[in-house]
Amino acid sequence: MQELTTTRHNPQIDPFTHVWGWEIPVYLFLGGMVAGMMIISGYFLFSKRYKETTCACYTLPLISLILLSAGMFSLFLDLEHKLYFWRLYTTFRIKSPMSWGAWILILVYPVIIANFLMGPPDFIVRKFPKINLITTFINERPRLIQNIGIANMLLGGSLGIYTGILLSTMGSRPLWNSSILSILFLVSGLSTAAAFVHMIAKNVFERELLAKADNGFLIIELFVIMLLLVGLSTSSAVHISAAKLLISGEYAPQFWTFVIGTGIIIPLIIQLLAVNHKIKHTPVAPILVILGGLILRFIIVYAGQYSHYFNAHFN
Amino acid sequence: MARYGMVIDTKKCVGCMDCVVACKTENNVPEGYNRDWIVYVTEGKFPDVHLEIQSQRCNHCDNTPCVSCCPTGASHVHDVGKVVLVDHNMCIGCKACLAACPYDARFIHPDGYADKCTFCIHRVEKGELPACVSVCPTHCMYFGDLDDPNSEVSQLLASRKYHTLLPEAGTSPRIFYLI
Ligand code: SF4
Ligand code: SF4
Repeated sequence: MQELTTTRHNPQIDPFTHVWGWEIPVYLFLGGMVAGMMIISGYFLFSKRYKETTCACYTLPLISLILLSAGMFSLFLDLEHKLYFWRLYTTFRIKSPMSWGAWILILVYPVIIANFLMGPPDFIVRKFPKINLITTFINERPRLIQNIGIANMLLGGSLGIYTGILLSTMGSRPLWNSSILSILFLVSGLSTAAAFVHMIAKNVFERELLAKADNGFLIIELFVIMLLLVGLSTSSAVHISAAKLLISGEYAPQFWTFVIGTGIIIPLIIQLLAVNHKIKHTPVAPILVILGGLILRFIIVYAGQYSHYFNAHFN
Repeated sequence: MARYGMVIDTKKCVGCMDCVVACKTENNVPEGYNRDWIVYVTEGKFPDVHLEIQSQRCNHCDNTPCVSCCPTGASHVHDVGKVVLVDHNMCIGCKACLAACPYDARFIHPDGYADKCTFCIHRVEKGELPACVSVCPTHCMYFGDLDDPNSEVSQLLASRKYHTLLPEAGTSPRIFYLI
């Protein structure tokens, strides 16, 4: 038996660490979803689907810009010393994933904007007719479009992976301390983005394609979650007790119900039936997938802060 | 170059919390926050039970996850004694370092920046001892240069049994508990 009694009672630290509230999971979720959208849109540019006027690659950039800005605002809200926000951009710390993230976000914007300028929506063109010059310039150069596509895929991939690395480099929180987490967040970002495009796509081919792709992503996600749990459960005592938080402990009910059940299995069944034309496509499955992705970030961020070297001794 | 560390004799510590009070007064630590604290560790099974009282604070680790994760460079290793410090004016309060410290040694000061034990570097640079060390009524705390084999701390570590906190976290802490 070991019992610890402490006189420390620092807010956000005791009885267990809870330094990050809703802002960080929301930021990680939006970042992941935008990453997925960039990869999908980039793929459409690269594979020349942009020739169809109904291609989602014309709607995704604007939505990505809005969601990414909302995500960054949420990150900004989390900062305790908000007025010093700019300090992120006066330095680059090679060992700090958060520093990497801040710079990746800055690089991501111009790439999405380049994609956006290929076919900006009418209401914007009407306001700023000069945009047409850039649009024509880009559209006359198929090579450039393909390169914009590649840049979107590469930076989308980095953004998606980074959302997981941010947490996985923290050796202090056993639940996060697995590099699989970055793959999980990337796949989950892809799956939520695919679900979103599936829901809004005007083009029937794309809707079918992304529903199928999402089924693939969901299956991979299940597999990756399993790897994460197996990896933790076969590691040291603190990692085992971290895995237990999700498998049978504090966070298990939410995890099994919302992440695995309604976030992956049920939408997977619905979408499998839909792509086989047994039932019609409805927004139900995509909405469940998107909610599942959001709840996954919440559970990982919260349970990770709960998982601890010291707390592990109590179990 | 010096590498400061602290050696605490758990055989002498009575848990009177003088170190806690001294730190709060010396460093103007806001009400409801602690830079150092006391932990009572009870181990074993009755009747074979053992109690150890530990005065805990930032371990000024040799491997500093709190410094590597900091995106602004606010958390840094100070030139003097390799003490781990936070530059309040550079900190954006992102709390990455709070999450990265396995000892939960940091907190967010009500003014918005990350804060923690500084080994009272402002006193040490004047040749004084950290407030907690100088005030301890049982003289159970020792402070000095771990790289100097003749320092009191090095001598104690060479002659007595000791342990550190969470060695398995891989941070190489520089607070040692004599047993
Ligand atoms: S105890 Fe925590 S805050 Fe102090 S140096 Fe080690 S990791 Fe950093
Ligand atoms: S809270 Fe401050 S000191 Fe800590 S990592 Fe963020 S910027 Fe650095």
